[in-house]
Amino acid sequence: MNDKTAIEAHNLTVSYNRRPVLWNVDFELPAGQVIGIIGPNGSGKTTLLKAIMDLVKKSSGYVKLFEQDLEEVRERISYVPQRESVDWDFPASVMDVVLMGRYRKNKLLKRLSKADRDLAAEALEKVNMLEYSNRQISQLSGGQQQRVFIARSLAQGADLYIMDEPFVGVDAATEEAIMLLMQEMKKEGKTVVVVHHDLQTAKLYFDWIVLLNTRLVASGPKDQIFNEALLQEAYGGKLNVLSKVGELIKEKDFPVREK
Amino acid sequence: MDGFWIILSGTLIAISCGLLGAYLVLRKMAMVGDAISHAVLPGIVLAYLFSGSRETIPMLIGAAVLGVLTTVLIELFYKQARLQIDASIGITFTWLFAIGIILISVFAGQVDLDQDCVLYGEIAYVPLDLWFTASGINLGPRTVWIAATLLLLILTFIYFGRRGLFITTFNEEYAKALGLNVAFWHYALMGSVSLTTVVSFESVGAILVVAFLIVPPATAYLITTSLKPMLWLTAFFGFLSSLGGYFLAVWINGSIAGAMATVAGIFFLCVWIFSLIKQKQASIPFRA
Repeated sequence: MNDKTAIEAHNLTVSYNRRPVLWNVDFELPAGQVIGIIGPNGSGKTTLLKAIMDLVKKSSGYVKLFEQDLEEVRERISYVPQRESVDWDFPASVMDVVLMGRYRKNKLLKRLSKADRDLAAEALEKVNMLEYSNRQISQLSGGQQQRVFIARSLAQGADLYIMDEPFVGVDAATEEAIMLLMQEMKKEGKTVVVVHHDLQTAKLYFDWIVLLNTRLVASGPKDQIFNEALLQEAYGGKLNVLSKVGELIKEKDFPVREK
Repeated sequence: MDGFWIILSGTLIAISCGLLGAYLVLRKMAMVGDAISHAVLPGIVLAYLFSGSRETIPMLIGAAVLGVLTTVLIELFYKQARLQIDASIGITFTWLFAIGIILISVFAGQVDLDQDCVLYGEIAYVPLDLWFTASGINLGPRTVWIAATLLLLILTFIYFGRRGLFITTFNEEYAKALGLNVAFWHYALMGSVSLTTVVSFESVGAILVVAFLIVPPATAYLITTSLKPMLWLTAFFGFLSSLGGYFLAVWINGSIAGAMATVAGIFFLCVWIFSLIKQKQASIPFRA
């Protein structure tokens, strides 16, 4: 098994109501790295992840994971959806949610084993949430919710982790914890792919960057990507002082928009 | 004895409806039961036209087929036409119900159907419809047997399907990413709701079915923090509503189904006020 390439996308196009959200995207992402997918709002970052996980219909092109189809390597892939995509008032405990990471297609009707519970507890330990096992998920802060989602994913014991905006709306401590965790996962030979929107921190967090704006702008080691010309191309004219002010206002507004 | 049978059949149906309703409420699809109870009308009329009789079995089959069709159409409009879920429920059932009415009016000469009577049973008649063996032994009301069988089926489904139902209700995308068959769980749940609705309203009436589908689980939702106790409490509130409703009806000498639905609503109000008071108490230490 050749594991040098974690994700290969070829000619990938996805459209909603005939409007392309991703256009002819073509890249290969190396395994064993922490990879950031960066681009302005509405540039198709989330759609790209969903296309990789086969959650949206592709208009054309294909995606290979570890040089195979998703169905053949599903056990090795873990997906962390956006935190806001679920109802956190759902009557469930932290442990209930993390245990979902142990659900498997062909043993869904069977009881979960002790080993499953141990793996879930271990995953919670890794994100420093073990003491919250029995807490109802509605009582968690945004950062804690994100940690629970990541723990659920870790419990899967995958090789490739695909995370959608894990840094949005979390506190500084959680951001730090997630970043350290990603580095640790890299040391264990895992691949982590993260959708991220903040250019400032992107350079710190990731080894490899994919710049996206409906089309693929660039994909490569971060040193090659962080130059004015490419960023300008991805962000267009938006990369000026005014847009930064806009970003700041949005950050401040976030708790209001959340509810 | 009549009172016992009415309370028993009410409780059995309340538990079946409530357990499924809990998942509907959590999926924000609570009105699906209401939709089904209306949308089955054309199925009943067609079954009558084809079979030429008012036997229960063909009508139940006709109704069940339309019940499943309703859930398929709702899903289709929601996913393919990108309508909001409530709008797609509204379109589907008004449309199907209207077709049923047209069928009745067009075939009025041939159809001796009173839609109230066919569609909406009355729980007060439960003790009158007894079931006898060939040798003439009285087995009790037919409804109780049907409702008990139904409850057994629903309990089996929810017990073995609890993980599948939980993950697809909480986070469908993640379930899909795990490779689970999300559509199977959706239609298994909707099929069960359809079956339960059709079987139940034949014996206890449509309003009571819809009330049992939504009110006890919504009540339990207010005061529980995880799914298992929510299901237990749902069953408990279903029982209390049947019991309280029966005695309220006897006391005011009014409709039993109406009284049961009313009592379910009263429980909801009480629990809501109780949970508000509790929240207020809990928040005091934080303010100080």
